[in-house]
Amino acid sequence: MSAPATYEHALMALAAERDDLVVMTAENRAHLRGLPEALGPRFVDVGICEQTMVGAAAGLALRGRTPVVHALATFLTLRAFEFIRTDVGIPGLPVKLVGFVPGLLSEANGPTHQAVDDVAVMRAIPGMQVFCPADLGELVEALPQIVASRAPAYVRYTAAVPAVDHVLPFAIGKAEVLTHEEGVSILTYGPLLREAERARQALASRGVPVRLVNMRTLAPVDEEAIVDAVRPAELVVTLEDHFHRGGLHTIVAETCLEHGLAPRVLGLDLGSCFFKPALHADVLRHEGLSGERVAERILDALCHREANA
Amino acid sequence: MNALPVLLAEAAAPGDQDLVALALRVREHCLRMTAGGGCFVGASLSCADLLVHLYSRVLNVDPDALSDPGRDYLLLSKGHDVPALYATLAELGFFPIERLGNHLKTTDSIYWHPNRSVPGVEFHSGSLGHLLAVGIGIALDIRLRGGRNRVFVVLGDGELDEGSVWESCLVAAAQRLDHLVAIVDRNGLQANCRTEDLVPLEPLPAKFHAFGWSCRTVDGHSFAGLDEALAGLPAVPGRPTAIVARTVRGKGVKSLEDRADRWFASFTDREVEALVRELHGGEPAFLASEGKVVR
Repeated sequence: MSAPATYEHALMALAAERDDLVVMTAENRAHLRGLPEALGPRFVDVGICEQTMVGAAAGLALRGRTPVVHALATFLTLRAFEFIRTDVGIPGLPVKLVGFVPGLLSEANGPTHQAVDDVAVMRAIPGMQVFCPADLGELVEALPQIVASRAPAYVRYTAAVPAVDHVLPFAIGKAEVLTHEEGVSILTYGPLLREAERARQALASRGVPVRLVNMRTLAPVDEEAIVDAVRPAELVVTLEDHFHRGGLHTIVAETCLEHGLAPRVLGLDLGSCFFKPALHADVLRHEGLSGERVAERILDALCHREANA
Repeated sequence: MNALPVLLAEAAAPGDQDLVALALRVREHCLRMTAGGGCFVGASLSCADLLVHLYSRVLNVDPDALSDPGRDYLLLSKGHDVPALYATLAELGFFPIERLGNHLKTTDSIYWHPNRSVPGVEFHSGSLGHLLAVGIGIALDIRLRGGRNRVFVVLGDGELDEGSVWESCLVAAAQRLDHLVAIVDRNGLQANCRTEDLVPLEPLPAKFHAFGWSCRTVDGHSFAGLDEALAGLPAVPGRPTAIVARTVRGKGVKSLEDRADRWFASFTDREVEALVRELHGGEPAFLASEGKVVR
């Protein structure tokens, strides 16, 4: 059987397999158009009521359902945060929260729509799994495992086309190491993998070897992959469309502290600023997160090290 | 909210004697939980009759079949009134009455808000405005399975300040969840103030009607009244039902009744004994301990 072509088809296939699957949304139907018909009463659109949606998802989970809860990432993780933490997180119910247009994907909507602190708040909830697929294929591959897990989960949604040839099947808590070279280690997640791969190619052409790691799961995190990337590296780079604090940079810092490592780390992220609202390609360049700019910033960092030495 | 009826044993119909006796025992347990650290005694006494009535005459729940998917659900959304729930569940055999003596001990989980480790407690609460939403989810699943069971959510009137309650009211009506029943413990007081002085709720029944619910008002201390209000549900097919139960905070103990400063209280053992005597018809208790400000 071939893999489902879209997220929506993946949900339909899962719903056919699993009686417990219910899909909920707070009227964010853009990528779910076929579900009302395909799922019937197992598709529940509550309207623009994120808090009630999450509370109701907890109620459904108490009765043995596995709700996939799809809504705009900011409103889901922030407006309904306390419902997630209290009604889903405290009892550890298998509610699967899917944040639509996370990171830079909200484009020109402005800071109200910018889920750039979602990883920080979701990973602060004990037991919450956090998934950041790089592309649609990875999301579709991961969904059956995410739904099968009995833990609560947050998924950063993406419909991006693949930027790399994946080398490892998806598994919860396992990072994918795309290149194994020693020199600069770039750790990233989500659609920025495309920019990381571009930067890797640009750096390779300048003779800089790169280990490229696609994190995939941020909680539980693949500590071994982080340690393996950090130990031999002259420079560790965390690349993410998230605030500096609370995301991958923080995860790497925590992991290094726990393993007694003190690498040189360059955090390429949004710092503590919301990004300039604009179309995606322009945002990438403006925020210094395009492949070309990422390569330049890494070279800069390497040069400054040499200058200081 | 003035001149609320004050009914106890003397006004009970013959068939209600068992419930009156049970409610008295529940109140005594609540008073005893004010010793050794205290509890939200005012709210507990106000909903004691409601919970006793629901568990005795309305809910299809069996202490020996706690996970029966066909059972009715009771969710205590305001949460801090949980001593009345603990006491009712213990009296009805959900767990040993002696366990109430573990109140606030680290060796058990009988604390100031409900949690699921106590048999019969369906879900935890403590943060206001959550359990109507959780009840919606439970009700949705019951409907998906073609079940006939019902979901009752007990809300505080102060809790109705939370916007999520009204969001959930909209959704419950939109989903036509007529097996969902919200019961408002309308004692007229929130933590520190009279509800009508702080954020007025009246006309409350009209609000529920406007949100697509049917609504009944009842004296929340009258078992006969509760019989009537909770019979023949849903009140209107296709609509969720709200029951506004007019109650008195601290009901049953004059020294505690209708007082903003007796929401949470921590009393000495001597004061507790005086309150228990007062509950059973004795002289008003002399209370030196101040009410505790916890909000």
